[in-house]
Amino acid sequence: MNQSTAEDPHHIDVKEFHSRARAAIANPKIRQNFRKAMDGLITKRKDAFEGWDLEALRDLGANVRLRALANLPDLLEQLETKLTANGIKVHWAIDGDEACRIVRNICVARNAKTVIKGKSMVSEEMELNHYLEERGIEALESDLGEYIVQLAGETPSHIIMPAIHKNTGEISELMHEKTGTDLSNDVEYLTASARLQLREKFMNADVGVTGVNFAVAETGTLCLVENEGNGRMTTTVPPCHIAVTGIEKVVGNLEDVVPLLALLTRSATGQHITTYFNMISSPRKPGELDGPEEVHLVLVDNGRSSIYQDDELLDTLRCIRCGACMNHCPVYTRVGGHTYGTTYPGPIGKILMPHLIGLDEGRHLPTASSLCGACGEVCPVKIPIPDLLVRLRQESVDGDKLNPAKIRGHGAKRGTVEAMIWKGWSWMHARPGVYRFGTAIAARLRKLQPRQLGGWTKYRTAPKLAAKTLHERMKERGQ
Amino acid sequence: MADPIKIYPPKPSHVYFYATCLIDMFYPDAGMAGIQLLEREGIKVIFPEDQTCCGQPAYTSGYHDEARAVAKAQLNLFPEDWPIVVPSGSCGGMMRKHYPSLFKKTDQEAKATEIAARTWELTDFLLNVCHIKLEDLGEPTTVAMHTSCSARREMGIAEVGPRLIGQLQNVNLVEQIRAEECCGFGGTFTVRHPEISGAMVSEKVDALTDTGAGAFVTTDCGCMMNIAGFAEKNNKPLEGQHILSFLWERTSPTNGGGS
Repeated sequence: MNQSTAEDPHHIDVKEFHSRARAAIANPKIRQNFRKAMDGLITKRKDAFEGWDLEALRDLGANVRLRALANLPDLLEQLETKLTANGIKVHWAIDGDEACRIVRNICVARNAKTVIKGKSMVSEEMELNHYLEERGIEALESDLGEYIVQLAGETPSHIIMPAIHKNTGEISELMHEKTGTDLSNDVEYLTASARLQLREKFMNADVGVTGVNFAVAETGTLCLVENEGNGRMTTTVPPCHIAVTGIEKVVGNLEDVVPLLALLTRSATGQHITTYFNMISSPRKPGELDGPEEVHLVLVDNGRSSIYQDDELLDTLRCIRCGACMNHCPVYTRVGGHTYGTTYPGPIGKILMPHLIGLDEGRHLPTASSLCGACGEVCPVKIPIPDLLVRLRQESVDGDKLNPAKIRGHGAKRGTVEAMIWKGWSWMHARPGVYRFGTAIAARLRKLQPRQLGGWTKYRTAPKLAAKTLHERMKERGQ
Repeated sequence: MADPIKIYPPKPSHVYFYATCLIDMFYPDAGMAGIQLLEREGIKVIFPEDQTCCGQPAYTSGYHDEARAVAKAQLNLFPEDWPIVVPSGSCGGMMRKHYPSLFKKTDQEAKATEIAARTWELTDFLLNVCHIKLEDLGEPTTVAMHTSCSARREMGIAEVGPRLIGQLQNVNLVEQIRAEECCGFGGTFTVRHPEISGAMVSEKVDALTDTGAGAFVTTDCGCMMNIAGFAEKNNKPLEGQHILSFLWERTSPTNGGGS
């Protein structure tokens, strides 16, 4: 599973997905770590919503997000105006590279050499750490999970719990090797050791970088949800704070945050509220004792505005990044986050990443699902994930005349043989006489039925054709 | 996911029976059981001869023109306004939930929407429309149940199977752990991602075997083929049966006499 260091996540292909999936499935430790963690998260979520009218709350959450998306251009303008008035500088980035350049330019202007980071999946999307380090700026992760992943030279395997693929023993060994802590299974000791090392970094960092959970347009408030206090430190101790976020994270007003926050923390970690909820509205004001001198917000597009053009795919942008879809996904639970080879793994990754990297690069993603619907069932903002997976499958074979494909890399998966098989299948099943004749012949010749059916019979016996079809039996019955 | 509001019709004089291609070719006994259960409730069952497949395999594989051509051939099979009953949550879900979107912006949109609205999964129909009362004539037994993901999440009928089995006084229904987790079927998923599907079905077979029941019933032939096929290949002591066959066998004096 240690495949993530050497790989550029933008260069994945279907063969690698399959080989990674095979390796993960054959690895008992990975299977056990994920199963145990996901079972725990499923139970916690369920308990946290006990006594709530969850359906009503999900409807409310979905509506808040739909309303925000319907007004997205206006809300973004309002956000920029309000933030600027509050003294926060707003930057726009068309893609990850531009976002990285913006962050670096801010660092260079301040002669900053060290950056401390709160958790941010958009910064993972930008590959910011790598970009900064190549240019001589140290970027240290301060979220405990991210810190562990960074020590290991890996990428997050889960959007909320980046190091969920490791158990305590593995983390202890890693910290012992990299930072000289004692080997221990005492989680408190390990946490305290990491905190000690991070504390010094907080005090000396030139810039703090974080993500944003909700950007409130009406008041110009950046909301940040976290548990460890590292977000509070990152946004207040260094003299400069840079928040990076996707353009879809904007909501209308503070009232909109209430249901989304209630849904987010319960869906993600089963908490009624996180230990910290930061609301950032301006740099340090005259007379204030703490807070950064400068605050920036980098709004990153990176493919989002093209998703926005399509009425159906637009639903992808409702996501509030809680991770409940992956916690409940039977595929994610089996293969783990690294198998996907993408910034966002699991169901949300399968519907989001094809837009970010193209359907040619990400063509394995939409098919890696049994369409069981568990993701859609738990999504706090009711994203119809299974329907979007089917839509992306349709886009990747690019055959539907009614809904011609639009996504970058569409049609990449269309194979001549496969397309011909479906055409033949369709021809036969659209002609009842041909179908009846064909199925009756198959029933007669059932002894000749092939015993090997590729991937099916690798794990199962072949299904057995009945001696007579139901059509034949009903005919005999006189119907 | 599932329809927000489901309004059951009054018990009709006739129904259309839409068998599904898997039942037609592989499990016709389950189809016969369903028909006989309906007939015992005093309903005249119409089996449209020209039925083939709902089109789902092509639909979920992304070949929507091909799916539409097949689905279109089914739309004219139900001229009267009688309910259409389907012995599968999956195919029922295709017709009830996905036909309207598949035919959106076509000449058949209104027809597809009308057909979707009167499509019912058969066990749901027996319980909530026919208000069936089952009298158990079988020996005492223990059985587990696997509700398909489409029955659970698209059709919203997870409680239907257990309630029907609950009417059988000699049957002890035992619940598997992680009952709501997918068995790993998912149509072409089984051959596109065989290892992942294999890992899923392996754990599902363990969960069902661990109940000690030795047998399970299900609403969907896809799941049954997957779970029982894995158990057979790996010599696990687990038999699968369609819930309709199970219900008919236990409540028919002739013990599943067929046609």
